[in-house]
Amino acid sequence: MAVVEPIRPSSDALLKNTAPKKPANMGQIIRWTVLFLGGVLMVMPIAYMISTSLKWPHEVYNVNLIPDEPTIENYTYVLEDGRFYLWFVNSIIIATITTICNLLFDSLVGYTLCKFRFPGRYIIFIAILSTLMIPTEMLVIPWYLMSQQFGWLDSYWGIMFPGLMTAFGTFLMKQFFETVPDDFIEAARIDGLNELQIWWTVAMPLVKPALAALAIFVFLGNWTAFIWPLIVTNSVEMYTLPVGLSSFGDEADVAWELIMTGAAISTIPTLVVFLIFQRFIIRGVVMAGLKG
Amino acid sequence: MDIKAIRGFALASVTGIATLMGSAAYAVEIEYWQYFFDARVDAMGQLIEKFEAANPDITVKMTHFPYADYRTKVAAAIPAGAGPDVVQLFYGWLNDYKEAQLIQPLPAETFPADKIEAEFFPMVAAMREGDQYWALPTAVRSLALFYNERLMEEAGVDSPPETLDELMEAARAMTKRDGAGNITQVGMTAGMTAQDHHWWREGLVRQFGGEPYLDDYKTVNYNTDAGRAALEYYAGLFSGDDAVSAIGFMDEPQAAFKAGRAGLHIDGSFRIGALEGTRGLKWGVTELPAGIDGVRSNYASYWVNAITSKAQGEKYDAAVKFMEYITSDEAMQLWLDVVGELPAKPSVGMTETNAQDPVFGPFIRGLEYAHTTKFVNESAQRQLMVEAVERMALQDMPLAESLTIAAEAEQKILDEYYKK
Amino acid sequence: MYRTLSIRQKQIVWAYGFLALPLLFYGIIRFYPTGNAILISFQNWNLLGDRTWAGLENYIKLWNDPVFWKVFANTFIYLLLGTPISLVLSFIIAYHLDQLRFLHGFLRMLYFLPFMTSAVAMAWVWRWFYQPVPTGLFNNFLAQMGVSQINFLNSTTNALPAVLAPAVWAGLGFQIIIFMAGLRAIPKSYYEAARIDGVGWWTILWEITLPLLKPTIVFIVVFSSIGFLRIFDHVFNMTTNNPGGPLNSTKPLVLMIYDTAFTGYDMGYAAAQTVVLFLVLLTVSLLQLRILRDR
Repeated sequence: MAVVEPIRPSSDALLKNTAPKKPANMGQIIRWTVLFLGGVLMVMPIAYMISTSLKWPHEVYNVNLIPDEPTIENYTYVLEDGRFYLWFVNSIIIATITTICNLLFDSLVGYTLCKFRFPGRYIIFIAILSTLMIPTEMLVIPWYLMSQQFGWLDSYWGIMFPGLMTAFGTFLMKQFFETVPDDFIEAARIDGLNELQIWWTVAMPLVKPALAALAIFVFLGNWTAFIWPLIVTNSVEMYTLPVGLSSFGDEADVAWELIMTGAAISTIPTLVVFLIFQRFIIRGVVMAGLKG
Repeated sequence: MDIKAIRGFALASVTGIATLMGSAAYAVEIEYWQYFFDARVDAMGQLIEKFEAANPDITVKMTHFPYADYRTKVAAAIPAGAGPDVVQLFYGWLNDYKEAQLIQPLPAETFPADKIEAEFFPMVAAMREGDQYWALPTAVRSLALFYNERLMEEAGVDSPPETLDELMEAARAMTKRDGAGNITQVGMTAGMTAQDHHWWREGLVRQFGGEPYLDDYKTVNYNTDAGRAALEYYAGLFSGDDAVSAIGFMDEPQAAFKAGRAGLHIDGSFRIGALEGTRGLKWGVTELPAGIDGVRSNYASYWVNAITSKAQGEKYDAAVKFMEYITSDEAMQLWLDVVGELPAKPSVGMTETNAQDPVFGPFIRGLEYAHTTKFVNESAQRQLMVEAVERMALQDMPLAESLTIAAEAEQKILDEYYKK
Repeated sequence: MYRTLSIRQKQIVWAYGFLALPLLFYGIIRFYPTGNAILISFQNWNLLGDRTWAGLENYIKLWNDPVFWKVFANTFIYLLLGTPISLVLSFIIAYHLDQLRFLHGFLRMLYFLPFMTSAVAMAWVWRWFYQPVPTGLFNNFLAQMGVSQINFLNSTTNALPAVLAPAVWAGLGFQIIIFMAGLRAIPKSYYEAARIDGVGWWTILWEITLPLLKPTIVFIVVFSSIGFLRIFDHVFNMTTNNPGGPLNSTKPLVLMIYDTAFTGYDMGYAAAQTVVLFLVLLTVSLLQLRILRDR
């Protein structure tokens, strides 16, 4: 890319900064209404999740959205179970550390593969990409044997290690670094910055929206991960939330109202993470736009 | 701080260290795994406490996992040597574990095969191979017919059905349809995914005069007139215009019964706990209906405890001792009191009070005429019954043809296993 | 020493310096087990016993297994339905959402919420939506409209799309966010220039927006394809009582691998299936990368 283009600010900023306030026209109203209705359809299953969490067990199998006799009994039950807090804290710690690791390493690898010319570049890229092709379900056994050998079973590290870097994040970051003009990097080199400084102070700020998006995805992915945490943990104290929640079901009966309650509560942190980072996406774009 | 206190403190720490070292030198720790179920974990906790009191040189560490993922977990852990020394398994999985060499047989000296065969319910003999047992249960379970009292009253059915014909009649009376002919309430639940495949194999086929397997469960024998008649009876529940059931109605049979939208439901004793807590559901339970000429037949199953191949040396000895304790009369009584599962020895379980109990009675009486299928791969064999019914219901395949496919496929599974 | 290197050589040193730790990580955590899986596919192994050499036995068994071919076809149906549907839907939503100001964040959250939910909990809700009357939401709706009810899950033809729907639903929010990030990275001067030239929105869409979105589109196509070829969670949870049923009509390859490994303990056979999946995924993604790059 030869010409340095200012990056277009977010739609919010665009409308605020450039377009004079126009009265909403008919097209915009229709567009908004249709999107709103679509959004309502999208959250219908979630509404049912919340409605089930407010039902008594005998009403669970009635598909009415509004419970006949709403109750917060399930919430009290789940929250009074001391283990729930442990699982919650475990999940927060694991998801947070993994997210930070991914942000650092995936962007470093993505940046290197995008902006450096060196022998083996394409091979390494394809090799990393190819790690996505093996289903986790198959890697579980070797990982388990490895954890057993190194004594990682039943520990945070054991739960986290397979996900500290992901091909997904690397690919995402590589694609976004493509939008960073090479001229910026050249200019920084001329200014005498070393490559590490260039990556950290020049390139990284320009891909903040992508970093925010990656943070959301990695956090969510680890927040809902099930098979591996199940296999690598032994003690109830080390369970993550999804593993813990599944113990509300047993051979005779699955207490769906409790699972829905747990699922509803466990959605809250992810919602918070999303709200924080979605702002950051916008701010990141605006800042990038102003700098350009 | 005066001298006395210091001395006392010093003494205490010395004894403390000595105790620690002593236990480090002599105590053997074995690990026990089972799936998570409040009452089971509680009962096993009590058993472990008593066992440790009697064997101070052994400690038992119990770990439990969610039921749905128990198998996956066991499969990953045992081969890596990280699993338990004693593990609880469904008897139908035993062959999988045996074949995968995940468990080892019980020593014949401590568990003499002939004595066990004489004392335990006959179906436990499925765990026997030659002079050795591979695993032993603490408790057993059987099937019975649950009924919804309110729906029966509503439909004018006076007493729970006693025979297969009565069952169909009662179910017909309790089935409800909407204007378009869609079933909105089933008279009887149906679904091979739950317990019905056991009812069909060991109950219906025998009641229609057949013998589901020959040669000690090595040969499939239900592709016969009796088997076809049994399947026809079963298919009568959900096919035709006067169907009293629908496959997959409300997703799971027990959900339909629990929600009060099914009149009759066949299930195991382990369901009692879940139904007891359901508000607005008035239910009762009776023996499985009798067939032509009053023939009764039931299916019994159990969870067994087995020693894994990981337990070696002193851990193995400790595991054997632990196995001995948890299959003792004392343990069985405790299991019945805490979990409500029927003891695996008739001498402990078949007391008059137990047999007349309104809830446990039908299950205990059922044990007398119960059979236990020797599965080589329970989930695969169940899947064949599920598919046999699906081919009839979804692809309109004639009954005989569908049953033949299932019988041939099951024979193949059996042959593959036993040829080794 | 370092100073004597040419700029190009310095770059190589930096590149491998940056990549050293990640390459070590990928080598141990991913490549080694993958290589192991390939090796096991030529062996018989029940997890505990010795591994014995089996040659091509597992692959021959696979070739002759009618269930495998059914599952193979299912996997491609998931891909061929799932990828285009979710790509088009997410682009349309992102494109319009990007041009709205009123309650923008709220709308975006509505679409993203499904991505944050637990698959187990949501699969249960969807199963209830699909039930026949009286409990199923969809069929109750159809009944009210006077349409005869549809067998969603208990059908060999309808079950696969019915299972796919929640997977598309859950993944849509992810793709919308990626598209929106991509849309905003397009330099606004392009649009201004076009506006000055008086070009219609259709032309802007085809001549500016879509071509400039290409990195984003490549990303989404490749990843959603990989996602659909590896579909497991949703199928497993939607058909929990009869995994992959009825009659294997919803069973994808990963579910078959899981079954073979964890209920059949036939690791060699499971590994052979994994290798096939690996090759399929590799071919499809390389093909897509090539096609989308050349265009």
